Amino acid sequence: MTAALALGDDALVLSHRLGEWAGHAPVLEEEVALANIALDLLGQARVLLSMAGDEDELAFLREERAFRNLQLVEQPNGDFAHTIARQLYFSTYQHLLYAELAAGHGPFAPLAGKAVKETAYHRDHAEQWTLRLGDGTEAAHERMQRACAALWRFTGEMFRPVEGLDVDGERMESAWLASVGEVLGRATLTVPEGPRSGAWTAGAGRQGLHTEPFGRMLAEMQHLHRSHPGASW
Amino acid sequence: MATAAAHETARTQAYGTGDATDTTGTDAYETAFDAAVAADERIEPRDWMPDAYRSTLIRQIAQHAHSEIIGMQPEANWITRAPSLRRKAILMAKVQDEAGHGLYLYSAAETLGTSRDELLDKLHTGRQKYSSIFNYPTLTWADVGAIGWLVDGAAITNQVPLCRCSYGPYARAMVRICKEESFHQRQGYELLLALSRGTPEQHAMAQDAVDRWWWPSLMMFGPPDDESPHSAQSMAWKIKRHSNDELRQRFVDICVPQAESLGLTLPDPDLRWNEERGHHDFGVIDWAEFWDVLKGNGPCNEQRMTQRRRAHDEGAWVREAAAAYAAKHSGGRQTGETGATRA
Repeated sequence: MTAALALGDDALVLSHRLGEWAGHAPVLEEEVALANIALDLLGQARVLLSMAGDEDELAFLREERAFRNLQLVEQPNGDFAHTIARQLYFSTYQHLLYAELAAGHGPFAPLAGKAVKETAYHRDHAEQWTLRLGDGTEAAHERMQRACAALWRFTGEMFRPVEGLDVDGERMESAWLASVGEVLGRATLTVPEGPRSGAWTAGAGRQGLHTEPFGRMLAEMQHLHRSHPGASW
Repeated sequence: MATAAAHETARTQAYGTGDATDTTGTDAYETAFDAAVAADERIEPRDWMPDAYRSTLIRQIAQHAHSEIIGMQPEANWITRAPSLRRKAILMAKVQDEAGHGLYLYSAAETLGTSRDELLDKLHTGRQKYSSIFNYPTLTWADVGAIGWLVDGAAITNQVPLCRCSYGPYARAMVRICKEESFHQRQGYELLLALSRGTPEQHAMAQDAVDRWWWPSLMMFGPPDDESPHSAQSMAWKIKRHSNDELRQRFVDICVPQAESLGLTLPDPDLRWNEERGHHDFGVIDWAEFWDVLKGNGPCNEQRMTQRRRAHDEGAWVREAAAAYAAKHSGGRQTGETGATRA
């Protein structure tokens, strides 16, 4: 099922990126929060990948070109502002998506029912930090503005149709734009102006076309598992 | 509560002299404190306590908190490489728990009149220590299991008696922390068991990890009793309940049968059951190594501190932004407009 793989890979890859923060967060409360979000996402990934096959085989034995995640979630953590911008963009999308899936009767409804509560929390966390970084100090404002702009071009991909995913992409996209625009406005930040769906980036991750840092991320993630073929852990 | 009553009596007596701080008053406080400790009652933050009791506790609780925070590093080292999604989730949850334990312990320390910022500053400038065990590197995945089984096992052996420590906030913190620690310890044991029963390469990986972590784990109980200057006073104050060597012996006796059922050996040729003592005899610890690691010359001291300071320094702008935002938006809250800043 393509959709289970796409959504599962999103959660798996972002969870991995957030896991990289462990021991590096700016304040202890964020060690807890980022790990918490990473764990929620990993939980979602395990359910979704299990719908598509064997979770470990899919996570550890696929090559980069077979991953179906959005390019947004594979972007390196950067500074805290980059991580928060990525969280804001993605958790807003994921919350809208799961709210819609939870309301339906499709194969994702049971998972979505639980995930919608988790993503509401993730979204709140990202919004609260967007406000604090945007409307805190001048230095933080600049960093947050830069981060929002840098990741903007990856956001169009979220609303492209995915096989097996029965959602109204256009409606979700306008809700997303309204919500993100409103949060950025309250954070005294401006909505970036660049393209969101260039020919190369739109839908690319979903087709297995990824950005360069992703391969290195997978090398680290898969190394141990691949070094012991057939072993159980 | 009896403690409160005892302190109330002491206060009345002290104030009865007309000056709570004069010698007579202090004596009355001290008598009440000693009586409360003798009666196994809990000392609470607002109770009078000797200055040395306060500073010993601040040091011990802070260093315990620092150990939780630095202790995240050797395990976090493997989060991105965990070999299955189940193991990855377990490890992430564990590292998250450790951050939570750190927060909890800093709060307990703060009840003694210090602040987390002050304590972190002491950690970052090397004026306060953390457990020497975290200065050893995690070189393979099996180290994650060895840390769970041995390091958390040693921590639990140390910490369970602290649940009855005379200082209430610390004792209560330990009750909560020990519950989670025992869970981590079982998970570590189970990880090693899976490796031990796995392929020959996995078994060798497990054995190698146990070989490297066994002695450092024994060192976690601190110097031998005759070289432990704070022990006598801490035991008199009922901060500590057992001596270092007693706890270390208890730990060895627990581990030997566990190692057997794991199918792994412990790297000590002198380890054997002593029928007469009813305990295991074990070899001599390399105390030169212990003191050396404590002084900052262990394999990872420099690396651990550098990463901790860097996380703190690189996060400064985030904390400043949060503070500036709070200052800007606190007006609304003070006038009762609580909804204004709530998303």
